[in-house]
Amino acid sequence: MVNFFLLILIYSGIYALMAIGQNLITGYTGMLSLCQAGFFAIGSYVTAILATSLGWSLWATLPVAALLSAMFGVLIGLPTLRLKGDYLAIATLGFGEIVRNVLNNWDSLTGGPMGIQRIPMATIFSFTINPYKKWAFLALVILIVVISYYLFERLGRSRMGRALQAIRDDEIAAASMGINVTKYKVWAFAIGASVAGIAGSLQSVFSLSVTPNSYTFMVSIMVLCMVVLGGMGNFAAVILGAFIIQLISYFPQLTGLSSVIPPQFKQILFGLILVVMMIWRPQGIIGVRSYRVGQKKSKAKGAK
Amino acid sequence: MKLLQTEKLTRAYGGVMAVNEVDFSAQEGLITGLIGPNGAGKTTLFNNMTGLDIPTEGKVFFDEKEITGFPSHKIARLGIARTFQNIRLFKEMSVIENVMIGRHFMTGESPHKKRLTNMFKSYFFMESEEALMLENAHKWLNFFDMDEFANEDAKNLPYGRQRELEIARALASNPKILFLDEPAAGMNPQETEHLMDTIRKIRDTGVTVVLIEHDMKLVMSICDNITVLNYGQKIAQGTPKEIKNNPLVIEAYLGKEE
Ligand SMILES: Nc1ncnc2c1ncn2[C@@H]1O[C@H](COP(=O)(O)OP(=O)(O)OP(=O)(O)O)[C@@H](O)[C@H]1O
Ligand SMILES: [Mg+2]
Repeated sequence: MVNFFLLILIYSGIYALMAIGQNLITGYTGMLSLCQAGFFAIGSYVTAILATSLGWSLWATLPVAALLSAMFGVLIGLPTLRLKGDYLAIATLGFGEIVRNVLNNWDSLTGGPMGIQRIPMATIFSFTINPYKKWAFLALVILIVVISYYLFERLGRSRMGRALQAIRDDEIAAASMGINVTKYKVWAFAIGASVAGIAGSLQSVFSLSVTPNSYTFMVSIMVLCMVVLGGMGNFAAVILGAFIIQLISYFPQLTGLSSVIPPQFKQILFGLILVVMMIWRPQGIIGVRSYRVGQKKSKAKGAK
Repeated sequence: MKLLQTEKLTRAYGGVMAVNEVDFSAQEGLITGLIGPNGAGKTTLFNNMTGLDIPTEGKVFFDEKEITGFPSHKIARLGIARTFQNIRLFKEMSVIENVMIGRHFMTGESPHKKRLTNMFKSYFFMESEEALMLENAHKWLNFFDMDEFANEDAKNLPYGRQRELEIARALASNPKILFLDEPAAGMNPQETEHLMDTIRKIRDTGVTVVLIEHDMKLVMSICDNITVLNYGQKIAQGTPKEIKNNPLVIEAYLGKEE
């Protein structure tokens, strides 16, 4: 039972990283992108391939995963920038599926539908982070989530964060205040993708094998749910959102009801969460932006 | 000196000539009015001078350099700021953050070489940069007597205050020229009166002002120069007195006597 709870925490952490990236793209910049799964997959496969075929350590593959995901973020960001709302959602959704199809079919590199097995475990100073010893792995995940949280939270407060929010609220006004809208949108895409790539790397050294089927569209929907549920524009809130969504998705196993509740309940529930939140609490359960100028410490006040 | 000037500026939407071969100019340090009946092409002319729209023909000059077709963010950086007919604030952001955005391009980034170090600086040492931005933003809020609203969400301000905030945000970018698209729209007479004083004060700080306005009393009393558009064409240009007595203008506004 404890082990199972640790597993949920580990997945919460891995998904929290994706949610942090999604929050920058959607919560801050207002772009409804649906392809965190694609970047997640790219990160996973980068680590899987480099570790199995070249013997690289996790730490060496992490920056490559982040960078390659970011590059694909730019690649998908540039042509789709002009698209708004649902059009952007559809285009990015297509990108995620393309990534999965490539992984499925590029047998020589990715192992096709069988994927890649026997990925070496991560080590830190000759200490092996064995995923079966969940405490150690959880510590690694928490470390990376905390670092990412710190960096993104700061980014959100920086002038770049402010520019992104301005773009979200009114692109035309932002441009006429001297903000290079295109540049910032591409940056947001790249940075949001890179952290999903890092999540992918962790996923690889946790499950020690990768198959294309772990990177379906459903992953992107889950990540979006985490952001919407937690609260758009608030990095701490989306981490909480990640935890809650993971709890929900493991609910049948947690309660021993997995024989009663069909696995499809997740899809239905996530859809429901999105609809309910959008109608009744679009600001998310936490509801307050994590940072406002002039209200640095007192978060309570802005709630409505 | 003509700070801003257009040469036969034309913008056609399909068959509609929204702006038709207009030679417009704004003298440095003065308030220029742009008037005309609804649909005359005033906003379109603004959009084509500020980069929101690209002219089908003709040229735009600012400070004697051609800026035709420049993207808005480049134009803003040259010192051209504007407000919008239907207010465009950053609604979910606080009032002070709206004004801070006005200074966005003057901080952090700098031309060429130091860009990377500056990016670094504005991320890792943002506190010092932010202190300066805040100070400046408060200065402009005080100018409009609205510092008490600094931490409100922009969307919660009363209508008249929203219009003022939009001007404050534009001024925070330290523009040489300020375009105001119907700043008094929706204001009551007292607010309008107050706004006129404010616009004069802005001009007195050395900012050139171009203003679209339907309120004739306002236009006639504060403009140094007026240009009149009708059906996309410039039909008159001159001092308020000249405009008042121009038969073409009277006809455009009152319709031809049968
Ligand atoms: N994006 C557009 N597409 C097509 N036609 C347009 C567009 N923008 C403006 N027009 C047309 O161009 C003409 C001029 O419009 P514009 O908004 O510039 O007028 P205006 O002088 O600002 O009027 P108002 O006083 O009502 O604000 C109108 O006939 C309008 O319908
Ligand atoms: Mg108009």
